[in-house]
Amino acid sequence: MSEEKTGAQIMCEALIREGVEVMFGIPGGAIMPFYFAMWEYRDQLRHVLCRHEQGAGHAAEGYARSTGKVGVCIGTSGPGATNLVTPIADAMMDSTPLVAITGQVSSAVLGKDAFQETDITGITMPITKHNYLVKRIEDLPLVFKEAFHIASTGRPGPVLIDITKDTQQARMVPNWDVKLNLPGYKPNYQGNRKQIREAIRLLMTARKPLLMVGNGVILSGATEELRALAERTGIPVITTLHGIGAFPEDHPLSIGMPGMHGWVHVNRAIQECDVLLNIGGRFDDRVTGKASTFAPKAKVIHVDIDPSEIGKNVKVTVPIVGDARMVISALLAEMPDRSELAALHGNASDWMEHIREMQAQHQHKQQYIARPDVPMHLPPHDVYAALTRIVNQRGNYRIVTDVGQHQMWAAQLIDWHRPRTHITSGGAGTMGFAVPAAMGVAIAHPDETIWAICGDGGFQMTNQELATIVQEGIKNVKVAIINNGYLGMVRQWQELFENKRYSGTPLSGPDFARLAEAYGLRGITVEHTDEVEAAINAAYEYDGSVVIDFRVEREVNVFPMVPQGKSIGDMITESPVV
Amino acid sequence: MRASVLWNLFCAEGAHVNLMKQHTIVALMQDQPGALNRAVSLFRRRGYNIASLAVGHTETPGISRMTLVVESDDVEQVVKQLYRLIDVVKVSDVTDDPTVDREMALTKVHTTSATRAEIATLVEIFDAKVVDVSPNTMIIEMTGTPAKVENFVEVIRPFGIKEMMRTGRIAMMRGTHTHRGTEYVEGNGHMTTGTVLN
Repeated sequence: MSEEKTGAQIMCEALIREGVEVMFGIPGGAIMPFYFAMWEYRDQLRHVLCRHEQGAGHAAEGYARSTGKVGVCIGTSGPGATNLVTPIADAMMDSTPLVAITGQVSSAVLGKDAFQETDITGITMPITKHNYLVKRIEDLPLVFKEAFHIASTGRPGPVLIDITKDTQQARMVPNWDVKLNLPGYKPNYQGNRKQIREAIRLLMTARKPLLMVGNGVILSGATEELRALAERTGIPVITTLHGIGAFPEDHPLSIGMPGMHGWVHVNRAIQECDVLLNIGGRFDDRVTGKASTFAPKAKVIHVDIDPSEIGKNVKVTVPIVGDARMVISALLAEMPDRSELAALHGNASDWMEHIREMQAQHQHKQQYIARPDVPMHLPPHDVYAALTRIVNQRGNYRIVTDVGQHQMWAAQLIDWHRPRTHITSGGAGTMGFAVPAAMGVAIAHPDETIWAICGDGGFQMTNQELATIVQEGIKNVKVAIINNGYLGMVRQWQELFENKRYSGTPLSGPDFARLAEAYGLRGITVEHTDEVEAAINAAYEYDGSVVIDFRVEREVNVFPMVPQGKSIGDMITESPVV
Repeated sequence: MRASVLWNLFCAEGAHVNLMKQHTIVALMQDQPGALNRAVSLFRRRGYNIASLAVGHTETPGISRMTLVVESDDVEQVVKQLYRLIDVVKVSDVTDDPTVDREMALTKVHTTSATRAEIATLVEIFDAKVVDVSPNTMIIEMTGTPAKVENFVEVIRPFGIKEMMRTGRIAMMRGTHTHRGTEYVEGNGHMTTGTVLN
């Protein structure tokens, strides 16, 4: 190992040491030495050439979110790096472990407005968990070690490593015997014992307890522990958008999603509950509605690994800083025995009965209440009904959604059972996420069927990655476009709150099936409900990636809905009839 | 300084001016490029004005210390977010703690043979120091609490301030309580205060 290596070779070896198998990127001037070196490591490090760095970043996110491993994306300096900004911000918002590697101009010209120079560490400072500008080859082994450690531990997030071209070209005998030195970074995994006991005391006296679970449960791999906790206590379970899959929706204790497009009975239950135990969710404004009116009767127990999330949006009675899995395990360990739990169980089951009654009063999950006076060829709900039926029959699937109406319908109407099968852009709300992210998921899970559900707006933001899918021989991506010819969610707001002034929302597009064929995929167009099932089955049977263009009814809204700035108790469930 | 300008406005016009509380935050961080930028950026993100900032070395090599005075009614969240930064090892809001606070001002004041003696007397009263004298100027070094420095500047202003430079405030807790970098650097498993919230 005492052989002299270039900085670029050291980068490749560092990635291999961190267990990286695949990277998504695009070369360019300042990152060329790395690509030169990559060639000799190509058996260990697969490189997926994307068509746009944003696609590379989202693909790396898809890979990371579906596996729990760190996703890696690469861009050159300047525009290559700035194109990575959106996926980096997305990874920051949704706590996704990501390492972004960017080439930088040589240190001799750094700061002199050199060709393709951009201050990417400056730009990404507020949207990365940490970032590095590397100007010395001897720093590479430690920087890579730290970057992967920071990205994947504590609250996961994106780390950017910007490496000057001369660093990649320099030579030295690498010293891999480096120790992490991060005095300011010591994530707390174990919850405070006193607070855990206080949480149990609150839960034991609760009459209307609720368990709300978010991304943290999935990130920490706590689904088994969560199930045990729910079953031991009998407490109804709410899954937030990013908590979907943390708890099976067919479980008798599952009551569904809260928030802006959550279910009426879930939001009402939150407004009535007396103890709310939130594990690994950050009380996003899409969950709380008007925060000051959120869960007004509840004492809140908040478990989060990031102390800065606790008390940020909602007043917390019992804060617990720790890893979801370890805290749930500690809760289970400290929980009293069965006889004492009986009282809690009794309370929780009366409470559950009440919630189910509220649920029964409102529309059933799968049911779309069509207005008989409006004949519809293809209500979007029919696509979801068929899709959830078929994917659950066939099994072995993951679903990636984009951002907008189709995303909320997917969250509402598909039956979710397993963690890391629902992958979406939540916090950042990045349109264009689904197609490239699905590609990353497909590479990580070649034996599964990966559905990308997107709107016609989001699809057109990153559909260039269809070319990548074909070049890489990826056969398991099935894209379902919920095509309504609008930027539908904005149009819905315009309809409901801006007197139908459809400013900037009507949207044309190409014939998506023919576009897909032009890229070398199979394209299918669906215009009637009775074609839906056959099209989905055809997508499964085709030995390759497919795009289905579902030309749905144009002006269907996502209900129920909490208007922005309103309390989650004030849901609207249908359009006001004009 | 801004606060005093606001205060004068308040007195002059009798208007109701909502004076935001000034918070003094002390942070220890790794001496790395970008560390200061990251920390200050958290305040910028929220639109908080930084009234004063001082950064320098500490007793521990590799650890620098920042004293930051910010005008805001709510800094608790930002203090917690400072902990998220990898470079930051310790943060304290010492606003309501007993501290020794110091600022320094260098003031170049216009002098004549008639005013020199009077200025020298004021310098003596305020325990300041004359560090440079020319035929018609004097540079005065003034160190003290922010209020004392402020008072001195106001007293000297009528003579004609030609140039003035003030440092940011630095603050240190009184008594045995310390903010030392060593305990973090040596990695004895110390947890940040953010981990137990009550």
